[in-house]
Amino acid sequence: MTVLEQSGSYHLAPPPAWRPRRDPAPLLPDQEPYRLLGTGAQLDGDLLLELYGRLVRGRRYNQQATALTKQGRLAVYPSSTGQEAAEVAAAMALREQDWLFPSYRDTLAAVARGLDPVEVLSLLRGDWHSGYDPRASRVAPLSTPLATQLPHAVGLAHAARLKGDDVVALAMVGDGGTSEGDFHEALNFAAVWQAPVVFLVQNNGFAISVPLAKQTAAPSLAHKGVGYGMPGRLVDGNDAAAVHQVLGEAVERARRGEGPSLVEAVTYRVDAHTNADDATRYREAAEVEAWREHDPVALMERELRSRELLDDEGARRTAESAEEMARDLRERMNRDPELQPMELFEHVFEHRTPQLEQQARQLRAELDAEHDASAAPGAADHSGSTKGDS
Amino acid sequence: MSTATGASVNAGTGGEAAPAAEARRPQAARKPSTMAQALNRALRDSLAEDPSVHVLGEDVGALGGVFRVTDGLTKEFGEDRCTDTPLAEAGILGTAVGMAMYGLRPVVEMQFDAFAYPAFEQLVSHVSRMRNRTRGRLPMPITVRVPYGGGIGGVEHHSDSSEAYYMATPGLHVVTPATVADAYGLLRRSIASDDPVLFLEPKRLYWSKADWSPEQPESVPEIGRACVRRAGTSATLVTYGPSLPVCMEAAEAAARDEGWDLEVVDLRSLVPFDEETVVESVRRTGRAVVVHESAGFAGPGGELAARIGERCFHYLEAPVLRVSGFDIPYPPPMLEKHHLPDVDRILDAVSRLQWESEWRAGGTPEGGVR
Repeated sequence: MTVLEQSGSYHLAPPPAWRPRRDPAPLLPDQEPYRLLGTGAQLDGDLLLELYGRLVRGRRYNQQATALTKQGRLAVYPSSTGQEAAEVAAAMALREQDWLFPSYRDTLAAVARGLDPVEVLSLLRGDWHSGYDPRASRVAPLSTPLATQLPHAVGLAHAARLKGDDVVALAMVGDGGTSEGDFHEALNFAAVWQAPVVFLVQNNGFAISVPLAKQTAAPSLAHKGVGYGMPGRLVDGNDAAAVHQVLGEAVERARRGEGPSLVEAVTYRVDAHTNADDATRYREAAEVEAWREHDPVALMERELRSRELLDDEGARRTAESAEEMARDLRERMNRDPELQPMELFEHVFEHRTPQLEQQARQLRAELDAEHDASAAPGAADHSGSTKGDS
Repeated sequence: MSTATGASVNAGTGGEAAPAAEARRPQAARKPSTMAQALNRALRDSLAEDPSVHVLGEDVGALGGVFRVTDGLTKEFGEDRCTDTPLAEAGILGTAVGMAMYGLRPVVEMQFDAFAYPAFEQLVSHVSRMRNRTRGRLPMPITVRVPYGGGIGGVEHHSDSSEAYYMATPGLHVVTPATVADAYGLLRRSIASDDPVLFLEPKRLYWSKADWSPEQPESVPEIGRACVRRAGTSATLVTYGPSLPVCMEAAEAAARDEGWDLEVVDLRSLVPFDEETVVESVRRTGRAVVVHESAGFAGPGGELAARIGERCFHYLEAPVLRVSGFDIPYPPPMLEKHHLPDVDRILDAVSRLQWESEWRAGGTPEGGVR
C-alpha cells in the first residue's frame, strides 16, 4: 500500500506533524506513464473505435484551425496537434452535469464536449471573448492567463458539493502553468476542502520555448499532487485508452466524495506554440520526428488494425466524416461575424454607470455620423459596422 | 483620528445634512454601535436572508476576523457559510469566482489592504471582466472586503490606501463607507449587487461609534450616490472614507476661525462616481479641494479634479486643489502623522483657493498640490 492509498485514514487520524513518514513506499502508483495500447490489455472495441473517430476528427480540426490562421480567419491558434488524446479523453470523462475548465489550447476539448466549434473559436477569431454560454454548456470560458482557471474549478466544485449536487469539475493546464502560484493555491484549496475536482496537466514538453527541465526539478509533475495530499497519476498522454481510463477513474473518485486528484498526461506539442511562433529556434526537428512515431492517432489506428477492428474502408469513412466537419467549419468561418459596437457598453455592469452612459452616447454619435457619411450620395460604402445597431 | 470625530460625522446620514430631521426620529431602536459591529450585522443579516451568501477568508471563523467583523458568524451559520480558508488571497478570490459561477454570492475578506495584492490578478483578469467576456452570462456577485488606510499605528504593509488600483480597473464597483449607518447599508447593497464590489473599510473608523439601528430606512443608501455631510457656501471639500472625519473637523475649524463656510461631500462610492452631486456643489461654491489619504500622483484626486475642471470650469474661482498622502511608500507608524492629511493641511489648501483674487490681479498663485 502506498502513502497515497492511505490518505483516507491519514485524513481521519492525523499523526503529529513532526513524526517522520513511516512508509517509504513509492509516491505514485505508476512509476512509468501508464499505458494500455500495445500492451495486449483487454479493451472495449467499441470504445477504441469511438476514441479513434474522435482523434481523427480532432486532428483534422487542428489542421483546419491552423489553416484558418493563414487565411486570416483566426487571429491566432494555439494548436493541440499531437495532444488530441488528452483533449478528447477530458471531454469524454465528464457527465452532462459536470464542468470543464479549459485553457486557451483546449478548444478541442470543448468541441469534443459537443460545443459548436465556431462558437468555441470566437475568442481566437477576434470576436467576443466567449462565443458560447458557459452556464448552458458547463464549459468555463477559455482561460488565457495561465492556471488562473484552476481555482475557479475548485470553487465551482466546492459550491456544487455544498448544494448537494452531483457535479465534478475537470480543470486543464499545461506544464508551464504548474509553475504559477494559482496552480499551487488551487491544488491546496481542493485538497483541504476535498472538492470534487480533477486537475489534468498536459505535459507537452514546452512552455512556448522553455523546456520542462527549466520549469521544474520535481521527478514528475504528477508528484506535485502528493505534496497537497492528493493522488498523482502519471499517464501516457498519447495513449487515448489510457488517458480515458485514468481520467475516468479520477472523475468517478471525485464523484464518490473521495477528493481531488492530479493527472499528468505526458505528451508532446508537435506544432509550434501558435502560428506566430517559430519552434525551430528552440528544438531539433529530430525530436519532433521521434514523437511523430508516438502519435496518438497513429497509435490508436495501429491498435485497431492489429485487433482487426479497423480496415482501409473504415479508416476512409472516418477520414470522410472528419473532412465533412472541416468543410463545414471552413465555410462557416469564412462568413464575417456581425459585431455590434454598441454592445461594448452592455455587459460592463448590470446597469451602466453615468460615465458609461456618456461614453455610449459618444460612440452612438460617431456611428451615426459614419453612417450618414456613407449614406450620402457618392460616398464610399462604410456600412456594415453599424448595421442592426439599436 | 479620534472616535469623537467619527461620532459627529455619524450624526448626518440621510444623503443630506439634516440634523433637525435626525432629532425627530424615534430613538427606541437606536443604540451606540461601532462601524465594525454594523458591518458584522450587515453580514449576519445577509447570511440569514439569502442562503447563497457565503463568507470566506483568513481567520473569519472561530476568531471572528482580526477586526472581529465576522464575529460569531461561523457559530451561527456553520463552517460552510463562514469559512476559514487556507492563507492564500489569490486562492480565496479565485475559488470565490468558481462559487459565483455556480450561483453562490461570496463575500470575501482580505485581512489587510496590502495583503490583498496576491488576489489582484484574479480581480483584474476575471472578477472584473467575467460578465463582460461572457456577454452577461456569468455575472460576478462577489463582494471583496478590504480593510484599508492608515492612522492606526500599523507596522509596514498594514496601512495602504489601495483604492486607485481598483478604481482604475473597469468592471469593478469601489465603495467605501465613512459612517456607521453607511457601513451597514453599503455592505448590504454590495452583497445584494450582481456586480463585483470592492468594499473598502476604513480601519481607523472601525471603532467609531454612532447611535444607530439597522432598521433605519436611510441606512441603506444606493451604491453610486454621494452625500453632502455638511452644507456650506464658500468651498467644497470632496472626500470619502477615513478622510471624512478630518474634513468635518476642518470645516468646523474653518467656520470658527476663518469665517469660511465649507461644504463637505462624502463620495461613499468611488465607482460609480456621483458626478452630479459633486458638480452641483462645486458650481454653487466655486471652489473645491479633494482630500484623500492615498498618494496624490495618479491618485483618485487627479480624476476627481479633472472631472470637476471639465464640468465646472466657468464656475470656478480657483484651480481645484488636492490634499493627499505624499507620493511615498507608506511611512513608519511613528511618522504617519506627517503623511496623512490633517486639519491644518486641509485649511492650508483652502486658504490657497484665491480668496484675494490676486491671480486675476496679476499676482502669482501659490502652486502645488498641498
